Amino acid sequence: MRLNLLLSTVAAIGIAATSFAQAQSARDLNGPSRQQTQAQPAQTGEPIEVEIDQGVLRPFQIAVAPFSGQNGTSIADVLSGDLRRSGFFEPINPASFIETNLSLANAPNFPQWTQIGAQAVLYGSVTPRPDGRNDFGFRLYDPYRQCQLVSYNFTATPEQWRRIAHKIADVVYARMTGETGIFDTRIIYVAESGTELNRLSRLAIVDQDGYNPVFLTDGSEIILTPRFSSNPDEITYMALGEDYSRIYLYNLTTGRRESLGEFEGQAFAPRYSPDGSRVAFSIIRGGNTDVYVMNLGTRQLSRLTSDPGIDTSPSFSPDATRIVFNSDRTGTPRLYVMNADGSGQRPISRGGGSYTAPAWSPRGDLIAFTKSGGGQFGIGVMNIDGSGERMLSRSYFEEGPSWAPNGRYLMFSRQTRGGNTNLWMVDLSGRVIAQSGYQGRGSDPAWSPLLDESPNNLGVGQGADSCSS
Amino acid sequence: MMTASNMTRFALVGLVALSMAACAPRRPVTGVADGTGGPAIDNPAYPGPGNGGIDGGNIGSGAPGSEQDFVVNVGDRIYFDLDSYSVSPEAYPRLDAQAAWLARYPQITVRIEGNADERGTREYNLALGARRAESIRNYLIERGVSAGRIDTISFGKERPIAEGATEDSWARNRNGHTAIVSGAQ
Repeated sequence: MRLNLLLSTVAAIGIAATSFAQAQSARDLNGPSRQQTQAQPAQTGEPIEVEIDQGVLRPFQIAVAPFSGQNGTSIADVLSGDLRRSGFFEPINPASFIETNLSLANAPNFPQWTQIGAQAVLYGSVTPRPDGRNDFGFRLYDPYRQCQLVSYNFTATPEQWRRIAHKIADVVYARMTGETGIFDTRIIYVAESGTELNRLSRLAIVDQDGYNPVFLTDGSEIILTPRFSSNPDEITYMALGEDYSRIYLYNLTTGRRESLGEFEGQAFAPRYSPDGSRVAFSIIRGGNTDVYVMNLGTRQLSRLTSDPGIDTSPSFSPDATRIVFNSDRTGTPRLYVMNADGSGQRPISRGGGSYTAPAWSPRGDLIAFTKSGGGQFGIGVMNIDGSGERMLSRSYFEEGPSWAPNGRYLMFSRQTRGGNTNLWMVDLSGRVIAQSGYQGRGSDPAWSPLLDESPNNLGVGQGADSCSS
Repeated sequence: MMTASNMTRFALVGLVALSMAACAPRRPVTGVADGTGGPAIDNPAYPGPGNGGIDGGNIGSGAPGSEQDFVVNVGDRIYFDLDSYSVSPEAYPRLDAQAAWLARYPQITVRIEGNADERGTREYNLALGARRAESIRNYLIERGVSAGRIDTISFGKERPIAEGATEDSWARNRNGHTAIVSGAQ
């Protein structure tokens, strides 16, 4: 694993160096270079321009021109914010742009962009249609190689401009990194207010970039651990009342809320199976906590663990064949993996300290967790057999990693000593770590799947991806 | 006798008083600085002392069999060591007293609420709080309280009683609380 990372680091540096050399030669020769330098496709089958594993020494310089038309400048701002937060792009200050009248009908004036160091140029326009909706068209060019990287047109109502900006950011991110995007997503979390002893907690949802926060509960219950289904309209969470606790299933679109069931014992730690047909959770009976799974269609309950230890925080593998959970059956909490029917339980974590709150990556390759020891708490990842453990973040207190849909970022809550709790984000290299787009007080973030499937006909009808040919 | 729970209570009152003092608005200085006198008397931030009479009296210790009787004279909370859920010997007298009190008032039902400090992850702490509640429940059952009168719930780290990131407040937040559900006077 370490070796692989090292190799990809070297590869990334190699790409960057080649790209700059190319840029130089393109300028000298005043013509495009056709030399193929892209790394092999990682996921989408597209060649990639930015290696995001490790070793991106300098973020990719992208020029995001204000779109023409309604909300065009705001669209560019939202886009730039998304790309910057990803850690792999550095949008260039628009004040330095030389060419300011870009039109979708034309290619950019390449030298005017290479002159300001733009490694890519994004521009677009918002055009009204007869049906009252808008066309949001855009093109992304490589000014050094003088070719188009991608283009597309989204059509939507004018009010949806912010979402469209996120979708465009996803297209750009996917084209440049070879990874699926993460921006047309939402975060469900527990909004916190009040004092330590009189804390008000409300279920809330917000766009990934921190806009449009909406409270979904009134604060009469303490809310814990909301999680998305594979359908981003459906969530499950736990609530504590004065004298009861309950797992809810909640449809965000219809507002329908139902209890998972009344159990003999306290139920908590719910998490959907990848297809949304089952919920794994824990039930406490006689002080003992075990993992159960309920089929939502038949309401059939199955018990998966039965030892006297605390077995909780179940999380399915993306193929639904296995479940990772934490157990203190041998003393300290460790991570275990079992088959989805409860068979084959075996410990995977190897280090000292307490391992809790595991979350299986949507890519299937890694398990994120919270680890405590030495008076600190941290967020880390390990391979599914427990090897290759590395910590991505550590502080006074942090917990509960939730994966971005592309398995490249984790969001978690971090509390300062004696202070507030906020949502933080870290990428898999541990290099990009920052507060999430939502900066208010909150905990227990869960990252939604992409709200829509990514378009698969990028570039069609707008001129093909000429950089990859 | 000053019980631990009473100490907590007084400590909290002290904290509230302190924080109120800290939040008291500062006197505006403009009027003083230019020699025109103190703050205007109609400033709503400076309420007068009020005209109502003030009466006093002893705080009751609760009618026998009341919730107040239980809280004040028996004690409704015991504390646990770090990462531990076994009832410590220091807690025996109070739980013995709880059992005796519950024997005296057999119509009363209770709910044992297990609590954890903030130095743990949310779900694990729920499970830990449940173990603490169960330990207390088992102790009371051993002392003759019928199982059917004792419900349990874990609040994990969600219901702290002491604020501040100190060993002392964490210790107080690792507790089991015996709450009267029904049957009290």
